[in-house]
This record gives sequence, C-alpha cells and structure tokens, in this order.
Amino acid sequence: MSDYTSAEMMIAASARELADARVVFVGVGLPNIACNLAQRTVAPQLELVYEAGVYGARPSRLPLSIGDPCLVTGAVAVVPMPQLFQYYLQAGRIDVGFLGVAQIDRYGNLNTTVIGDYHRPKVRLPGSGGACEIALMCQRILIIARLSRRTFVERLDFVTSPGFLGGGDERSRLGAIGQGPSAVITDMGIFRFHPVTREMQLSSLHPGCTVEGVQEQVSWPLQVSESLTVTPPPSSEELRIMREELDPAGRLRQ
Amino acid sequence: MSKVATMKEAIAELVHDGDSVAIEGFTHLICFAAGHEIIRQRRRDLTLCRLTPDLIYDQMIAAGCARRLVFSYLGNPGVGSLYAVRRAIEKGVPAPLEVEEYSHFSMVARYIAGASHLPFYPLHSLDGSDLPAVNPRIRKVEDPYGSGPITVVPPLNPDITIVHVQRADAQGNAHIWGLLGMQAEAAFAARRVIVVAEEIVDESVIRADPNRTVIPGLIVDAVVHEPYGAHPSYVQGYYDRDSEAYLAWDTLSRDHETLLGWLDEWVYGVSSRAEYVDKAGAAVWERLKPADAWSGQVNYGMYCQSV
Repeated sequence: MSDYTSAEMMIAASARELADARVVFVGVGLPNIACNLAQRTVAPQLELVYEAGVYGARPSRLPLSIGDPCLVTGAVAVVPMPQLFQYYLQAGRIDVGFLGVAQIDRYGNLNTTVIGDYHRPKVRLPGSGGACEIALMCQRILIIARLSRRTFVERLDFVTSPGFLGGGDERSRLGAIGQGPSAVITDMGIFRFHPVTREMQLSSLHPGCTVEGVQEQVSWPLQVSESLTVTPPPSSEELRIMREELDPAGRLRQ
Repeated sequence: MSKVATMKEAIAELVHDGDSVAIEGFTHLICFAAGHEIIRQRRRDLTLCRLTPDLIYDQMIAAGCARRLVFSYLGNPGVGSLYAVRRAIEKGVPAPLEVEEYSHFSMVARYIAGASHLPFYPLHSLDGSDLPAVNPRIRKVEDPYGSGPITVVPPLNPDITIVHVQRADAQGNAHIWGLLGMQAEAAFAARRVIVVAEEIVDESVIRADPNRTVIPGLIVDAVVHEPYGAHPSYVQGYYDRDSEAYLAWDTLSRDHETLLGWLDEWVYGVSSRAEYVDKAGAAVWERLKPADAWSGQVNYGMYCQSV
C-alpha cells in the first residue's frame, strides 16, 4: 500500500511536466491543482490562463468551474474572449494546454463530443468548448486520463480535437500552430509520442504498476519505450502542498 | 425617455415565438431571471444561442421553449452533464432538438462577425476536427493573399440578446467588471437588446468611469432592474456562484418529471424574480455574499481650459 492516492501521483507528474513553462491554459479539476503545485515547485514564473478570459490568475480557492469569480480577483488581467482566443491563443503565446478526454486513440486524437453516431448518439458528451483550438494552438498539450479500454480506444467515435491525426507528418502538414500532444498522464504511467511515427508509447510506469497491467487497459497493442523508467513517487513536499495548501478538503485528490 | 421596464413587460414586448435568442454570459452574469420569465410566458420554437447552454438552457429546453440549439460546450460547468439537453438530443424528450455545434473560438468568431456586419470570419481552428463534417456552415475559403485555405464561420445575429450587468443607467449604458464573456459582441450582433442590471444608477455614475462601459444605451431597447437576477450564476462583487445549486441540479435534472416539479416550484410557482429571491430566503443570499475587494482608483483628469 502506498501512502498517496493515484490522483496525487497524477497531479505531481503533471506539475513536473510544467518545469520552466511560462504560460499554461488551465482546466478545472486535476489540471488546476497541478498548475498551482507547479507554481510552488518547478515553475515559479507560471501564469495561469483560463478560457473564460483571465490571464495570470491567483485563485484563492479551488474553483468548481473555469469561470469562477476567484479567478478574477487578484489576476494580472481580465481579457475579453475575442482577445483571449486571438491575441493569446491563436498568436501562439500559450506554452502548454491541459486537456481531458472521454476517448483517446494511439495518436493522441481526442473525443469529447459523442459516443456512437453523431446524429443518433448513444451518449451526448459536452463537445469541444475551447478544446479544439487549445489542441491546435498551444505549443504543447498535456492530456490527463485514467486508463481504461473504454477511454483508450482503437478508433474514436468522433475527432473533437486533433492530436497527430493518422501519425507521421500528418499534423505538420495540417499547418497547426502548436506541436501537438507531448504527454498523456494516467493513473498507471506516462505516455509520450514517438518522434517519427507519432504513436503513443509507454515511457514511465508509476511505482507498483506493470506493463501488462497497462496493456490490459489499452485497446491497441501497446508500444513501450526502450528507455522505460519508473515515475518518482510524489515527494513529501509535493504531498504537503497538495494536502495542506491546495486541496485541504481532499475533493480532487481521491 | 427612460427605457426601464419590468421583466414581464420587456419579455412580452421583445421576445417572440420563433425568435433566435442569446442569453449570454460566460459562467458569470447569466440572466436566469430572463430565462424563467420566457418559460412563464410560454415562448415556443426558439433558437437558443450560447457558448455554454448551462443550466438556463437546460431549464428552457425541458420547459419546451426551444426548437434549435446553437452552442459550443454542453456541460454543467465543473459538475457534469446537462441532462435535459441530452434527453432532448438522445431521446426527443420533451421534444426533438436540432443542434448546430461549434467550438468556443468559432462561436466567438460568429459573434464578432455578427457585431461587425461581416459576411464571415476567418480563424485557424477546426482543422483536423470532425466538427466541419457535421456542421455544413463551417467552411473554407482561399486566402486572397496567398497563405492557402482558411476556416470561416458565418455571422451570428440573434433576434434578441439579453445581457446581465452590474449596473446600468435608465438608457442602458452599462458597466461590467469581472469576466466579460461575449456580452458586448452578442449585444452588438443582436437586432434587439435587453439589459438587466443589479443596480440602476444615475448617468453620472457611468460617465465617472467610461472605461468600464461595455454596452452603450445606443443599442439597448429595454432596461430591467433585477437584483439577484443571475442566480445561481454570479455577479462579480455582488454574489458568488452558487455551487450548491449547480451540484443539486446534477441530481434533480436526471429525471424529466423531477425537473418539471422543480420548474413548478421555482419558475411557474413564482411570479417574478423578486418572489424567487424571497422564497429562497435570506440565508442563501448571506451565504453567497463575498467579502469586499475594492479596486484602486484611477484619475481620469479634468480638462476644462480650452486650448
């Protein structure tokens, strides 16, 4: 038994991915804690951007939604949405964007729109919101998802937000502003993308997890990096910040 | 002449069956009071436009007001699904709902085009996504200056836009602070505009801080004074977002009959927002009251001497 939760492992791993990042497009939930943890550890210069129209937020509580009033009070700037999407995002000024997902394929393409046929959906999901433009325009993308065969699928029911499309140079031929997904942080390990094929490969296992265990939760034959490592567990300092400062009620660390 | 009206009068006069309606506000300043009055006056066949339909359109769709939904994010923000919208799309309950779907940026672009009277608006988004395949209004044109094809979306010009604001004068000149959402663009894009304000102030209050004026009275048809009119969304500096209400909606909206019971009590069962505020009780408004955080003052300068 470890003395931390899988959510705490995911938050710590996500925060470390932000080392030296300057501007991050934040989502609610785990990404929000991860960005605040990074600000206190590996990325003290980090500015938080929320699609609701805030640059440089200093939230005084864990916001339930990305439009919470606590994001405005004490922020560097409130930005009208046309400026946020055009001058900040489309102009390529955001280093990192976080995205969550209902389905992901091996090339990091994401579905948050429907399960089943679009016109007769089995489950109607929220849709893009800003995800499609975040996926195309942030310099790099971090994806947070718990492993399961329902999520890590062979073929998406709908491409909401493009990753590397069909792999290889397909994304660069698209002329997208950002470089695409750089890591997928899961509850069992971290995936990165092969520099040529752009296929997802397991690059790090969280302590106590196995390649076989990960494969069971992924629908396609898993690629494993030759330099597979073990993710360092959350440090006592990372755990202290999460538990005492960022989420004392434990709402998001379960 | 003052444009101040009651919500009942403004909706009766300015919102008609079959209209396209935008009650905008990104999480902040969503005018639930107007949505509830539209439900009470039993408007039908509306095309509802919003980036995030939020609880307000979930309620209006459950009540049978809408025929079509134009949107970019269909969730209960930070909580989960909008079950009434899902029931309409997945099962046709209470009636089938046509959908026209975009991403946030492409909805933003549509409002800018609408407000600017442009025929379309270009953006570097949606490439590689399946959205253009299911929405024929998302198209490509060739850049006449040689950079290749670029995605374009058409203008969005609602028949009526309703915006909630912190304060406005009797002409509809309105101050907003905090998240600005698409209030200005949606208002400028609309054929008719209702401004709903927490406070009605003298014109001199507006003129004392012109940088904060987001909507000019020029484009406003009616001004409604409606304290707490944005609850359970919020008004920066006035009251907090009612997270408890958003979480409770997740449970009670899962069943159509339970949701209709809620509408009976909180929408049909009251005649106005003032009655809703009374019914909710003082403890709710006390719980949602933020501590003060005043901005610094700026000096605009007084320039009287002629040059």
